[in-house]
Amino acid sequence: MKPAERMKIQRQAMPEAPAEERAHHFREVNLGLPPDLAAIEAKRCLSCKNHECVAGCPVGIDIPGFIAAFDEGDLERAANLLYSANVLPGITGRVCPQETQCEELCLVGKKGKPVAIGYLERYVADWARENLKRTITLAPPTGKKVAVVGSGPAGLTCAGELAKLGHKVTVFEALHRPGGVLVYGIPEFRLPKAIVDKEVQTLQDMGVTIECNVVIGATLTLDDLTKTEGYDAVFVGNGAGLPVFQNIPGENLKGVYSANEYLTRVNLMSAYLGAQADTPVLRGQGVVVVGGGNTAMDGVRTARRLGADPACLVYRRSEKEMPARVEEVHHAKEEGVRFEMLTNPLEILGDEAGWVRGVRCQRMGLGEPDASGRRRPVPIEGSEFEIPCEVFIEAIGTKANPLLTQATPDLKLNKWGNIVADENGMTSLPGVFAGGDIVRGGATVILAMGDGKKAAVGIHNYLSGTGT
Amino acid sequence: MFRILKSEWLAPKVRQLEVEAPRVAARHRPGHFVIVRAYSGGERVPLTIADSDAKRGTITLVIQVIGATTERLCALGSGDMLSDVVGPLGKATEIEHFGHVVLVGGGVGTAVIYPQASALKAKGNRVTAVMGGRSKAYVILEKELSAICDAVYPCTDDGSYGYNGFVTGKLGELIADPERPVNAVITAGPVPMMKAIANVTREKRILTIASLNPIMVDGTGMCGGCRVTVGGKNLFACVDGPEFNAHEVDFASLTDRLAAYRDHERSVWERLKSDQEHQCKLQAAMADAKVG
Repeated sequence: MKPAERMKIQRQAMPEAPAEERAHHFREVNLGLPPDLAAIEAKRCLSCKNHECVAGCPVGIDIPGFIAAFDEGDLERAANLLYSANVLPGITGRVCPQETQCEELCLVGKKGKPVAIGYLERYVADWARENLKRTITLAPPTGKKVAVVGSGPAGLTCAGELAKLGHKVTVFEALHRPGGVLVYGIPEFRLPKAIVDKEVQTLQDMGVTIECNVVIGATLTLDDLTKTEGYDAVFVGNGAGLPVFQNIPGENLKGVYSANEYLTRVNLMSAYLGAQADTPVLRGQGVVVVGGGNTAMDGVRTARRLGADPACLVYRRSEKEMPARVEEVHHAKEEGVRFEMLTNPLEILGDEAGWVRGVRCQRMGLGEPDASGRRRPVPIEGSEFEIPCEVFIEAIGTKANPLLTQATPDLKLNKWGNIVADENGMTSLPGVFAGGDIVRGGATVILAMGDGKKAAVGIHNYLSGTGT
Repeated sequence: MFRILKSEWLAPKVRQLEVEAPRVAARHRPGHFVIVRAYSGGERVPLTIADSDAKRGTITLVIQVIGATTERLCALGSGDMLSDVVGPLGKATEIEHFGHVVLVGGGVGTAVIYPQASALKAKGNRVTAVMGGRSKAYVILEKELSAICDAVYPCTDDGSYGYNGFVTGKLGELIADPERPVNAVITAGPVPMMKAIANVTREKRILTIASLNPIMVDGTGMCGGCRVTVGGKNLFACVDGPEFNAHEVDFASLTDRLAAYRDHERSVWERLKSDQEHQCKLQAAMADAKVG
C-alpha cells in the first residue's frame, strides 16, 4: 500500500461502554479494538524513515516495527517486538498518555489524527496474553542476585528487564498484593486487576520471585539486602506514597479522604462491593474531589460509580491547565461528573456529629504564569460559595515516603525527600539504583517504567563490571 | 502465609496468638505494630506486637473481639494460618533512663506496655505497672509483668480484684507519693482512659506518652487515614507514631474518627452472625441426616 493511500484511512475509534451504563459499574470503559478495526488502524502507519514516535516512548518500543509486523499478519512477531522493549504492554496500552508521547510525534498526526499507537499496543498485548505461551527469551543465568523494592510499574519493569538479562530477581512488596499503584490506585474501569495479575504472572514465569508483606526500611533494611541477604544490587522503586493534604479547616471530619486512601479502600480492599466487603468506604449523596490530575479523575469517576450525585471535581485552575489525560476528562464528563474549574476549597464544613456536610469554596481568576509555566490562580474576593457533600477527597499530590530513606541515612535525598539518582539511575550508594516517583515525585506509570528500564541497564553494566 | 503456633484465651474475648514471622521478630522493638489480614479478602488490622522471640522467629499478638474481623482472628487456633503479617511498623518507643516510669495499660492495652516494661527495666528504670480491667477476669499479664516490674497494681472497675476503681485513681495515688516521684508515664488502652490519664499527669507536667489506635489501611504512610492531631498538627500514627505526647493529643477528634465506620461494622457483624447461624443449621441438618 502506498503512503498516500495509508494517509487516507481515518483513525479508528476506540469502542467504549455506554456512558450512562458505565457510570454505575466498574468494568472497563475502553473495550479494545475488534480485529477488523485494529487491522485497518495498523495500515495507517507509514513506517516513516525518522520514526519520531519511538523518541516519544520512555521505554523505546520499536513502534513502526511492531505495527508493520501486525500489518503483515504476524502477530507473534509484533508481540515479541513489544515485549522485548516493554514487559508490561497490556498495562501501558491502557494507561499511557500516548497523546503527549509517541502519538504527539507521529508523522501521520501532522496532517490528520496520529496513528492510534496505544490502541494497537493494547490489541497486540491482549492477543499475546491470550494466545502466546512465552514471548520473552532470557539470557543465560549470570549468577547475580538483584533485589527490587516495590512492585509498582518501575519495580516490575526493572525486574523484567533484569530477568531477561539473566539475573536472579526478587521483588519486595509492602502490601499483600503485587502491582503497587496499578492495584491500589488505578481503578478497575481503567485497568482491570486481572490484566495486572497476568502481567505479574508473566514476570514470575520468567523466574522473578515476588515477596509480599515486606517493607524495606522496616522488615528489612537496604543494608540487610546487600550485606546479609546477599543481593549484588538493589533497585528502589517504592513510589511517592505519602499523601499531601491542603491543610484547610475540617480535614479531620468523618468523610474526608486522601485520594490514596479512598482509592485503596475501593480498589485494593474491594470496598466497591459494599456490605459484602470487609473493608468499608463512606459513600455520600454528594462527593467533592479536589485536584486536576489523573488521580483526581480516578477518584471522582470512582465516586460517581459508587452512586455520587453530584460527583464533583474542584480545580483551582482552568480545564486547560489540568494535568489529567484528555481522555480521562472526556470520559468523566460523559459519565456525568460535574466540573467546577477555577475553584479552590477554603474549608470543609461539618455537622454537629462530626460528619462532612459540605465544602466552602472560592472562585479563582488566572493571573501571570508561575514557575510551572501555567497561569497562576488568583482568588476572587467575595466569591465564596458552598457545595453540599458528604465525602471530600483530596487528590492534590503525594510526597516521598520516608520509611526506606529514614532507615538509610547515607542515601542522598533532595530537599523534598526524593532520592537523588544519576543518569543511569544510580544513587549515592554504590550498587543501589532508584527510579519512578521516589526519584521524580508524582509522575506517570510510563515514566516510572522508563526509569525502571534505564536502571536495569545501569544495574546490568554495574554487575558486569563495565561501569555504569 | 503465617502459621499460628499457639492460641489461647487470656481473658473473656481476649486471645493471645503466637505467630511465626521471623523477619518481624528479628526487628521488633517495644512500641512496634504489625498489620494483619486473617484471610484473603479480609481487612488490614493494626495490632501492637506484645512480645517476640527472635530465636524462635515468633511474635505474640493480643486481640480483643470488638467486631467481625477480630472475632474471626480470635477463632483461629494453633496450626491455622494468617494470610498476611507485615511489620514491624511504626516508631519504636524511646527507651530512656527516666528514673521512675509508670506504665498504665487498660484491657488489651496491657499487652502494649508489656514489652516496654522489660526494655525500660533493662535501661535501669524503676518500673511500675498499673493494669486495669472491668473485673478480675479482665486483668491480663499480671504474672508476666510482676516478673519484670518493681511494683504492679491490678485495678478493677468493680473492685473484684486489686485496687478498687479506675487506673486513673491508682495513678493519682502514685504521683502523689513524695517518696517515689514519677518521671514518666506511658499508657495504652481505650481512648477515654488515655485521655483521663493525660489529664491526671498534665498539671504536674509529667512526661506522658500514649500509644494511639486510629483506623489504618496500609500502615506505611500511604493512605493518611490514621492522621491524628498532635500539638495542633496532623500527623500519621503509622509513620510518625503510634506513640505521641499525650498532653498534645486531640483525643476528642481521635474518638470521633474511630466511629466513622460503625454502620458498616454492624452490617459485617450481622453478616458474620448469619453465616455462623447458617453453618450451625447446616451441621445440625447433616447430623440429622446421618442419624436418619
